[in-house]
Amino acid sequence: MSIHRPQSLALFDGAILSRAAGEAVLKLDPRQLIRNPVMFATALVALFATILTVKDISQPHVAVMAQISAWLWFTVLFANFAEAIAEGRGKAQAASLRGTRTGTIAHQIASIDSANSHDVPAERLRVGDLVVCEAGDTIPGDGDVVAGIATIDESAITGESAPVIRESGGDRSAVTGGTRVVSDRIVVRITADPGQSFLDRMIALVEGAKRQKTPNEIALTILLVGMSLIFLIVVATLPAFASWSGTTIPMVFLIALFVTLIPTTIGGLLSAIGIAGMDRLVTFNVIAKSGRSVEAAGDIDVLLLDKTGTITLGARQAAEFLPLSTVNERDLAEAAFLASLADETPEGKSIVALALSRFALSEPPLARMSFIPFSAHTRMSGVDIDGIEIRKGATDSITAYVANKTGRTLGGMPRDLVQSVEKVAKAGGTPLVVAREDRLLGVIHLKDIIKPGIRARFSTLRAMGIKTVMVTGDNPLTAAAIAAEAGVDDFLAEATPEKKLELIREYQKGGRLVAMCGDGSNDAPALAQADVGVAMNTGTQAAREAGNMVDLESDPTKLIEIVMIGKQLLMSRGSLTTFSIANDVAKYFAIIPALFLASYPQLQALNVMNLASPQSAILSAIIFNALIIIALIPLALKGVRYRPASAETLLKRNLLIYGLGGLIVPFAGIKLIDLAIAALGLA
Amino acid sequence: MDANGILQILIFIALIVGLTPILGGFMSRLFSGERVLLTPVLAPVERGLYRLGGIDPAAEQHWSRYALSLLAFNLAGAVLLYSLQRLQGVLPLNPAEMGAVPPDLAFNTAISFITNTNWQSYGGETTMSHLVQMAGLTVQNFVSAATGIAVAVALIRGFARHNARAIGNFYVDLTRAVLYLLLPICMVGAMILVWQGVPQTLLASVDVNTLEGIKQTIAQGPVASQMMIKHLGTNGGGFFNVNASHPFENPTALVNLIHMVSILAIGAGLTNSFGRMVGDTRQGWALFGAMGTLFVLGITVTYWAEAQGNPAMAALGIDPTLAGSLEGKEVRFGIALSSLFAVVTTAASCGAVNAMHDSLMPLAGMVPLINMMLGEIVIGGVGAGFYGIIIFVIHTMFIAGLMVGRTPEYLGKKIEAKEVKLAVMATLIFPVSALGLGAVALLGGSAAIPAGGPHGLSELLYAYVSATANNGSAFAGFGANTVLHNSLLAFAMLLGRFIVIIPALAIAGALAAKKTVPASVGTFPSHGGLFVGLLTSVILVVGGLTFFPVLALGPIVEHLMLAAGILF
Repeated sequence: MSIHRPQSLALFDGAILSRAAGEAVLKLDPRQLIRNPVMFATALVALFATILTVKDISQPHVAVMAQISAWLWFTVLFANFAEAIAEGRGKAQAASLRGTRTGTIAHQIASIDSANSHDVPAERLRVGDLVVCEAGDTIPGDGDVVAGIATIDESAITGESAPVIRESGGDRSAVTGGTRVVSDRIVVRITADPGQSFLDRMIALVEGAKRQKTPNEIALTILLVGMSLIFLIVVATLPAFASWSGTTIPMVFLIALFVTLIPTTIGGLLSAIGIAGMDRLVTFNVIAKSGRSVEAAGDIDVLLLDKTGTITLGARQAAEFLPLSTVNERDLAEAAFLASLADETPEGKSIVALALSRFALSEPPLARMSFIPFSAHTRMSGVDIDGIEIRKGATDSITAYVANKTGRTLGGMPRDLVQSVEKVAKAGGTPLVVAREDRLLGVIHLKDIIKPGIRARFSTLRAMGIKTVMVTGDNPLTAAAIAAEAGVDDFLAEATPEKKLELIREYQKGGRLVAMCGDGSNDAPALAQADVGVAMNTGTQAAREAGNMVDLESDPTKLIEIVMIGKQLLMSRGSLTTFSIANDVAKYFAIIPALFLASYPQLQALNVMNLASPQSAILSAIIFNALIIIALIPLALKGVRYRPASAETLLKRNLLIYGLGGLIVPFAGIKLIDLAIAALGLA
Repeated sequence: MDANGILQILIFIALIVGLTPILGGFMSRLFSGERVLLTPVLAPVERGLYRLGGIDPAAEQHWSRYALSLLAFNLAGAVLLYSLQRLQGVLPLNPAEMGAVPPDLAFNTAISFITNTNWQSYGGETTMSHLVQMAGLTVQNFVSAATGIAVAVALIRGFARHNARAIGNFYVDLTRAVLYLLLPICMVGAMILVWQGVPQTLLASVDVNTLEGIKQTIAQGPVASQMMIKHLGTNGGGFFNVNASHPFENPTALVNLIHMVSILAIGAGLTNSFGRMVGDTRQGWALFGAMGTLFVLGITVTYWAEAQGNPAMAALGIDPTLAGSLEGKEVRFGIALSSLFAVVTTAASCGAVNAMHDSLMPLAGMVPLINMMLGEIVIGGVGAGFYGIIIFVIHTMFIAGLMVGRTPEYLGKKIEAKEVKLAVMATLIFPVSALGLGAVALLGGSAAIPAGGPHGLSELLYAYVSATANNGSAFAGFGANTVLHNSLLAFAMLLGRFIVIIPALAIAGALAAKKTVPASVGTFPSHGGLFVGLLTSVILVVGGLTFFPVLALGPIVEHLMLAAGILF
């Protein structure tokens, strides 16, 4: 089995870049620009500056005016370009997930029992329609199996090459459009209209024009608009204050001052950062149904994790045989060996392996044995050899079985059996009791195997301020032992779906944000209640509808990556905002002396960068302002580096890089551009 | 700068630090409805007042109701004060027989006193009757201060409560602030002032023959009663035109100290009340720390710049650093105490002065200007300083929260689009009023500016910044008593007061309704040095980015020109 992930694209893929360049121009459409107020304002003043330049075409200073206008347009185009690249990458990744869906023909039927199907194009299917899929068919849309059982190749979506079983009822009934039926026949009820499937929604999230802004993004946009308005007032009132000293400031210079001051850097990259966050999720094979949930992931403070499959390996391993005092170990091992011969579960295989490693045992001929499979009703399994019944199972079911055989009343469990069972439970294991006919032989210690490396992951989560809670059906004793071994902060033992839901509500009442993952139908209420609910792709349609993300690889530990992506998204926005604001200091030192040098030569003292001329100073500032957007595109796409650490450490680091850096970089940048302008004689 | 001056400044700072937890504890008990020192005496009075006003003290208000009550109360105050001024000629207690105050001036003064600004376009002793001074101005000094405190307390409740609808009752907060806090302190304080030589009389001014044989009119009146609340309530409106540099307002060094301490006492104490009421005093000290950092920066620059003296003196063969720049100062206060008073009065939105700010050196004069431009949050006006700095805290924690990868929160309250929007509104009003109205005033009323060059621009700028910040001090040369400036300045005071109060109350309401999120390792702690440093930087950056261009055209270029030997 190999897990394939969408190719993580080179940061700058040639095809995406050239398409993005074209789209950057198309995105000048005012209806699209208005979604980004800072860039809309920049475009408006760019237009104004262009008109002024055309009006003054015969004036001597028109060359500088034309250059300023051009760079203002570049500022807008660069921002559009950033968004288009992020979009292009997202679409490319989503398309690689989408597989071969287009052009699928569905065999629609009127009712489950109807034998006659008629063919319709997959795009015409609506929620509730029934389709029949047979071996070789491509499933036409997301849906639920309502009749039949089939093996399905889901490699187009998950990359897993081994086919999986999907059947009606139960927890494995969901099918995804684009996957292929390998054997048998199923009837599927379509659960998503065309354009509404998970993948369609995901693609909408990476398209700037359709993307819903997330709550934090809206708040940040308000702040950016507020700052732009402050600078609008500063710039608009400046001519009046300047008039006191008899200075008149050319309109184009005022426009340049305005655009350099407003937060164009973060304004231009904001949309790209959001889309890139979605792109990163797709790289991890996780499909988010809304941007809001990705953002909420960064806020998670409690993580509910199922024990089995997440914290421990799915299968338990037999670790030792604990015979009763009257039984020798070989007898117990042999009985356990025989009872497990036909048991294909990893637990059963491990019992056989353990018994063989301890004693030289041989298999009796098959003909003499009749195997009794495990059933949920009896909660035991075993074998009858020549009429002798050997059984293994849960403590209570085996003791009940023995009591039934001997006709004695319940409750008379041997002391040493009770001791062995407790010993195993305390060690975090599962006791499996073995009996031959009416005689109890002893206990097999089935041990949970903690996944390698999981302890380290939990301490990472703790460093991020996230509490981990293990959810298990085990009794509290066993749960506590495993919890201690795995290093989780808390556990919920003897969990039922109701208890799980209750626990989530309790945490939320205390103001905490909870994430969990689940797959079964009975997980659906908890998934819906959780702030971030990640449904496993192998789960039921109900679970997938209830969660706000779907993990195509069905790997519950991925919650950790999802949280980190959420945090990175917010950090990238915050850091670039800080950078953008810090930049303004240098721009003031470039432009203010330039504007007033004629009236107050003493203000030369503020020209700390020693820029060549007022014209060159203003032009340098505006060029820096445009180029910095391009320079920061890789950062916006990759996201600010996130390393699990306390909030204080993270803030110190980001303030140092983006705050202090934002203060210093433009001084150097503007000076360099000024040198280039002077050398080329542009101003 | 000398050791004596530095020591006096340090003693002053120590007094404020010492008083902060005492007053803070008192106010947190008072506004939580607990028993305080004077409860046995004043509780019946308080109950009587509620019965008189038909107020149910147990009925708490939604923020909108709280805001409406506040606005209605202040409107009534403005109408009353306007009427008193217009009718003073026919009303009693008018020994100097002063006539009606002109409408534009009366309007300006009414707005000025209800907004806790106390901008004075008039000379007190030559314009206002004793009745107006006592029943009009002094009353507003009390209630405008109490209004500010009420808003601060309501905002604190917003943080302290969760899943709550109401933020307190405006009338109860107002009554308690006046009755238990302001009145008792002022009564005791006024006695001390009288003992120190501040007049308290209803007699008219007296005419005396001076030693030089000149006839002089010496104005007097109920000064002491107005002095105490003028500073304690950060009002600043003097009985006399020259304010606290007048020997009757500020006769001794002890009185000068009492004045300065009372200006900062309540504002500083509120940070502590805040810490106590949200259950973590460190939160209060963190805000105090940010305010204190800015204060120490301010006094250092001012004292240094003043002690350097005017370099032009060197041309006359005098070492300017010998005595510092003494022009416009009372010699008995000297450089250190005049600098300290200037920084204190503008750090809080008081506006009382003991030296003429117009005469400060360019860089020293820039500090009071910047103190006001930052929005009066360096301790700030009573209440106003607290809710002002909370606006900055919201901006700071929003950015900081994003930078640590979480939805921003402060004290367990998530800062979302609504809070950001309200904080932006409150921040935006400052440049709209100070720069917007200032620019209109400059284009339409530059005749009021006596000085030329950059200093003239500073005078006008100072007036509009002072009005917006509800400070009330002035670069004294500016002739504000014209219809245009009286009206525009009144407008600036209204915007600067109420367009901050309403968003602050709305924030209080929004916060109170939220649940409180418990802190974790992933939460950025708001009580450490990093927070103080970040908050201080955000305040300086926002203020600096907004006002750098005009500062460059005013005090900065004036300083540079002075260095080059060009004077105005």
